[in-house]
Amino acid sequence: MSNAGLPLKTGLYAQHIEAQGKMVDFAGWLMPVNYGSQIDEHHAVRQNVGMFDVSHMTIIDVTGANAQAFLRFMVANDVSTLLPMQALYGALLNRQGGVVDDLIVYRLAQGYRCVVNASTRTKVLSWFDQHRMPDMVFAQQNLAMIAIQGPKAVAQLNQLAPGAVPDDLKSFNACTYQNWLIGRTGYTGEDGVEVMLPEDEAVNLWRGLIAAGVQPAGLGARDTLRLEAGLNLYGQDIDDSTSPLASNMGWTVAWAPADREFLGRDAIEPHRGRSSAKQVGVILQDKGVLRQGQVVTCAAGSGIITSGSYSPTLGCSIGLARMPSAAQGPCQVDIRGKLKQADMVKSPFVRMGKVLVG
Amino acid sequence: MSEMPARLKYTASHEWARLEEDGTVTVGITDHAQDALGDVVFIELPEPGQQISSGDEAAVVESVKAASDIYAPISGVVTAINTALEDAPEKVNQDPYGDGWFFKLQPGDAREVEGLLDAQAYQDICDADEH
Repeated sequence: MSNAGLPLKTGLYAQHIEAQGKMVDFAGWLMPVNYGSQIDEHHAVRQNVGMFDVSHMTIIDVTGANAQAFLRFMVANDVSTLLPMQALYGALLNRQGGVVDDLIVYRLAQGYRCVVNASTRTKVLSWFDQHRMPDMVFAQQNLAMIAIQGPKAVAQLNQLAPGAVPDDLKSFNACTYQNWLIGRTGYTGEDGVEVMLPEDEAVNLWRGLIAAGVQPAGLGARDTLRLEAGLNLYGQDIDDSTSPLASNMGWTVAWAPADREFLGRDAIEPHRGRSSAKQVGVILQDKGVLRQGQVVTCAAGSGIITSGSYSPTLGCSIGLARMPSAAQGPCQVDIRGKLKQADMVKSPFVRMGKVLVG
Repeated sequence: MSEMPARLKYTASHEWARLEEDGTVTVGITDHAQDALGDVVFIELPEPGQQISSGDEAAVVESVKAASDIYAPISGVVTAINTALEDAPEKVNQDPYGDGWFFKLQPGDAREVEGLLDAQAYQDICDADEH
């Protein structure tokens, strides 16, 4: 936030160097892309447990009498459905119906907490500022965040911090432990938690998890895990010009009650249930790797890969594509001028350790 | 610290070349390159018999992260390709100067190899990259 022009470092920077993280610039932050092999890190999360420093993400608390009214106007999902310590995923839309950002909103004992992307921090803070209401304040929080993900994530955290996470804490529910906020949320398609806590305590937690043998995982594994889980990456699968209805985010738009006015509603409501485009999963049958920008052609027309990579779990390349709404079945992808055979499927590809496609 | 054997020649675009006793030149990517790319998952190799000019895109290496072009260090005809990489692309990460080789060329002019970078000159380029 300070040091304009210099790369920012999270409070866990020294821990990344110690763990031999390969540091890269991500949205102005020096973050680990891997600590050796991103494929090994990916498998650790799917099969066991891994942890990510996600302190670069932007945490904004909204409080005051109009906090709920503000967020009901800003977020296409409806935060008034949340009980305290529940969370939802949703989109901030612009007036044209494009996605300003995707976010998780937690309802706290008092007020709300929004977790938005690192790459959109300035834009979202300015967007909030443009639409601020009387009797509400919003403020970015100076907290660290560690995502502990994988089938053994909760057990691992509870071993270090006994009783931190109740076993029956449901997905998209949160709890507090001392001054930590722990959400049963993540970006991997596995069970797990995201822990928001002060920086100095984050260093201790990270060290404790390392000592317990938890695999640190970088941005590389985070990307292949979220892709297998069919989760959007802002700036790639969604941006200011894409509709949530064409991005597999229609389920996050709360149309009821019909009289709730929210930003972007007027623009997208005419397309409700009949969007001309949709998002599909793509599995490459031939050898090669799907990448953003490649053209996909099928009987219903053509579209474009918005995210593509190699799936360590499936052992082949997968991607997300924006296609005409009638698209399904076999397709061809132009990879460096050669047409490769692929299949369109419903994402996610992998959830909770299980392959759901093919 | 990446390994850079002194017996090899290098390019600024991170390929290595080795003149073999039979007169062919083996080409691969450097330890520094494989480390920067991360886990390699697919390699598109040239066709045997293909004539390639120095600086041409001769192959493509795909890591989980990104696709990168591999350039021919010298001109020549492709005499062999490392088909083992088709099923085991990870050899490029594990043994970039050995089992992870890409292709062999019959050079038009073997002296072209002499004009490539030596290990020290390549080392200097890698050091400069990191600053």
